[in-house]
Amino acid sequence: MSRLELRHVHKAFGGLDVLADISLSVGAGEFVSILGPSGAGKSTLFQLLTGAEHGEGEMLFDGARLDDHGRHFAFMPQRDALMPWRRILDNTTLGLEVQGMRRQAARARVAPLFAEFGLAGFERHFPAQLSGGMRQRAALLRTVVQERDMLLLDEPFGALDALTRTAMQRWLEQMWRHHRWTALLITHDVREAVFLSDRIYVLSARPARIVREIKVPLPRPRSLGGDAARQASALEAEILDIILNPNPSKRTRP
Amino acid sequence: MISAGLLLLAWELYATYSGIRATILPAPSRVFEQAMLNREALADNAVPTIRATLLGFACSLSAAFVLSMLVDFFQPLRRALFPVFIVSQTLPLVAVAPLVVLWFGFGLAPKIMLVALVTFFPMLVALVEGYEATEAEIGQMLRAMGAGRWRIFLLARLPSALPYFFAGLRISITYAVVGAIFAEYAGAAKGLGIYMLNAKNNFRPDLVLAAVGVSAALTLVLFGLTVLLQRLAMPWERADRETAGKGAWR
Repeated sequence: MSRLELRHVHKAFGGLDVLADISLSVGAGEFVSILGPSGAGKSTLFQLLTGAEHGEGEMLFDGARLDDHGRHFAFMPQRDALMPWRRILDNTTLGLEVQGMRRQAARARVAPLFAEFGLAGFERHFPAQLSGGMRQRAALLRTVVQERDMLLLDEPFGALDALTRTAMQRWLEQMWRHHRWTALLITHDVREAVFLSDRIYVLSARPARIVREIKVPLPRPRSLGGDAARQASALEAEILDIILNPNPSKRTRP
Repeated sequence: MISAGLLLLAWELYATYSGIRATILPAPSRVFEQAMLNREALADNAVPTIRATLLGFACSLSAAFVLSMLVDFFQPLRRALFPVFIVSQTLPLVAVAPLVVLWFGFGLAPKIMLVALVTFFPMLVALVEGYEATEAEIGQMLRAMGAGRWRIFLLARLPSALPYFFAGLRISITYAVVGAIFAEYAGAAKGLGIYMLNAKNNFRPDLVLAAVGVSAALTLVLFGLTVLLQRLAMPWERADRETAGKGAWR
């Protein structure tokens, strides 16, 4: 049973087609990735979902049309977007406060989750005092405590160094297994998409179309070694080939 | 500090040994001595200057704040109003000050107006550009959370403007003192500006310089207050710096 369903979504900015024809679905408790080159319009898709922009085509959630007021999504932007003037605790309560919860109640709700997110002891710190990985975990905590139906993650680890990014991917996979959030991830990192997702939609360059839908049959917990790792590598190679050689017929030309 | 001390020493030596008359260039020691002897008169005249500076600055600050919000919410206002304010900044104070005194008398009102005139635009620009400096992704995130424009203004745009606000505040507060003294120079019953004018007319450059010293001290104190205020209002800035000193990885 799919929760989010997009049918032939199309979006142009001033005559420039950004999204050509996007149809996709995300099921309950499913982790789905949208993988595509930079500038392909991946973030535009999230702007449509969060109501920041309007496009053509059908967008359904649990079978009902998405409108501007239906708040189904908790959105995590590309950079962590933590507010430098708020302490980490008050950054993580932001979504609850916007929903109208009293600050004290919001703090009480969020505080017990700090340990699970590896942030215990940093409640009173300012974002600038945290490492990049911790900032991303704080941003994810701010996103999930909103308890929306679905998470929208826009290249959440794009700004991190390679080691921290890998550590964060493993951590997120582990967190996801515990919580089974319904999640849609935007990324241009093939390995990240394969490591985290149940299914991957591969996007073309702008104007973005969906070139391929790929199921990731790897067992969870995802591991970095053994048979599963070899399978993952093969899958990664296949996806890279799809992205880098969009028109296989061209290769045969002299 | 050292360069200022050397400058004072050179000045002292020159004034003492070159045979220049004290009515042309008094030595710093004489200026200080006369300042001490006339401290009651100086203090008496500093009070209206301080009052004009603070009241004028408070007026321009409130006006700049209200208007900056209007401009932020209704962008077309910016194009309509900014040219007028830019022209207001090009008016030479030498011409405006006597006119304002002529129209509004020797009282407090024209001083407040002149202080407001010189400080209003820098504060307005600082605030408006500060709002614009809000990270776009924070805005997008808040909208996705369901926040309206007013909520976004309070939660994100206003705090984002704080560094700009304090930069503008530090510049404006120094203009404010100069503006107040200039307004008094153009005509006042009491104040550092009129005190300087009278001292000059009585061939007392030592007292002119003593008054300059008082106004400089006043400016420094006000400047220091803005720095202190910024520390209190933006505790995360110091956290940033401490972390930068230690190395950011933890």
